[in-house]
Amino acid sequence: MLGPNGAGKTTLISAICGIVNATEGTVTVDGLDIISDYRAARSMIGLVPQELTTDAFESVWGTVSFSRGLFGKPAAPAHIEKVLRDLSLWDKRDSKIITLSGGMKRRLLIAKALSHEPQILFLDEPTAGVDVELRQDMWALVRSLQERGVTIILTTHYIDEAEEMADRVGVISKGEIILVEEKAELMHKLGKKQLTLQLQHPIESVPETLAHYRLELSADRAELTYTYDTQGDRPSIAALLEDLSKAAIPFKDLQTTQTSLEDIFVSLVREGQ
Amino acid sequence: MNVYAMRAIYKFEMARTRRTLMQSIISPVLSTSLYFVVFGAAIGSRIAQVEGISYGAFIVPGLIMLSLLTQSIANASFGIYFPKFTGTIYELLSAPVSYLEIVASYVGAAATKSVILGLIIMATAGLFVPLKIEHPLWMILFLLLTAATFSLVGFIIGIWADGFEKLQLVPLLIVTPLTFLGGSFYSIDMLPPFWQKVSLFNPVVYLISGFRWSFYGIADVSVGISLIMTLAFMAISLAIVAWIFKTGYRLKS
Repeated sequence: MLGPNGAGKTTLISAICGIVNATEGTVTVDGLDIISDYRAARSMIGLVPQELTTDAFESVWGTVSFSRGLFGKPAAPAHIEKVLRDLSLWDKRDSKIITLSGGMKRRLLIAKALSHEPQILFLDEPTAGVDVELRQDMWALVRSLQERGVTIILTTHYIDEAEEMADRVGVISKGEIILVEEKAELMHKLGKKQLTLQLQHPIESVPETLAHYRLELSADRAELTYTYDTQGDRPSIAALLEDLSKAAIPFKDLQTTQTSLEDIFVSLVREGQ
Repeated sequence: MNVYAMRAIYKFEMARTRRTLMQSIISPVLSTSLYFVVFGAAIGSRIAQVEGISYGAFIVPGLIMLSLLTQSIANASFGIYFPKFTGTIYELLSAPVSYLEIVASYVGAAATKSVILGLIIMATAGLFVPLKIEHPLWMILFLLLTAATFSLVGFIIGIWADGFEKLQLVPLLIVTPLTFLGGSFYSIDMLPPFWQKVSLFNPVVYLISGFRWSFYGIADVSVGISLIMTLAFMAISLAIVAWIFKTGYRLKS
């Protein structure tokens, strides 16, 4: 879930998880209404909040076990041990939370959320303000959970995170979900490609015969840029190259670039505004 | 019913008591002992007997009630206020646990603590004055009902409070005066007739009267009325808690 600061990412998650009251509408989790079927719905969900909110004086083991109990599961020391080992917190199991570093606290919140083996995991900006190494670890963890079949809903405003990990991308702006789309589909649909040609000799202007390509000529008149989208409603590159050859404009090199998710995101949010 | 959740909350709260044993148990015992030294031994020896009971022994039920009330409120209000303050309340709100289960666990833990405290104070009192308990079952009943009721009140205060000052405000401005004026240290009969009538509007009078009756068989109001008033007070507190959870007052935005 992508969205700029204040777009409503956390509010949306909070409404789903029961932390804030929705003003209107209904939410179902795997077909279960979050109000009338709240027990079944919430049992499926694990939530890792954005803020590092912990009980300072509780031990790591104690707080993770507490979370499991709170979500209605009988004690399972073996599972808690596995979760703590996966998150490199096993050595700290008897430590008071107050003694943990910020990164450890972040992992602890994930351990708490995983303690009851949820099928859906909400990660609210898990990598905000964490160092590169921890970020890589977090990504690895998310991937392994994904492989185990856990549905992960991750909010972020780091586009690379979404680009790296998401199957589907939702964009939220000003409290409204603008779109939800398969990532590849989104890139395909909204992604623009550009072909840049380095000409052998600068040209004065783009010939009339090439006008329908809407080519851009660089300031030094030695480069031509053709922007096309991947849906193919503009003439193909092959046609352009053929027409260039007919117009006797030789080129020495070419390169293509594709818009990133970031560009798509920015343009979507801009349109939304 | 989510028994695991209730057990988890209860255990968590009781663990907090163990961690803060000094404040939770020792300091109220100490302050109550001071009351006994001052009112029971020093001043009490110069005060005439009240309805055939030495003054030192007469004030024991009132003093236990005083501690029970203030501690029940303090325990429960802090128990629910602290997660609100630190933000860990998110977990409670997002857990598959009903409001009734949340309240029962927090209030149960707070009441357990204050009942233990009440019994310790009673034992402490036994060191200073001769104690007799004529109706032990009634004594236990009043102890449990009062601890549960005022833990509910504490729970309400903890949810209402949006700062540590407010946590102190209600106990200090309302509960302590009501307890002092509710006959902890005197029998309502000692008051002028007008103030006797005014006292009947003070719910704590009924708690102390019933509790004292279970010790010595003497009461300002009949024990049946004491019981009814205590239950009524509990029902009102429960209704407020139900409303809080229904509306999400100060819990959810």
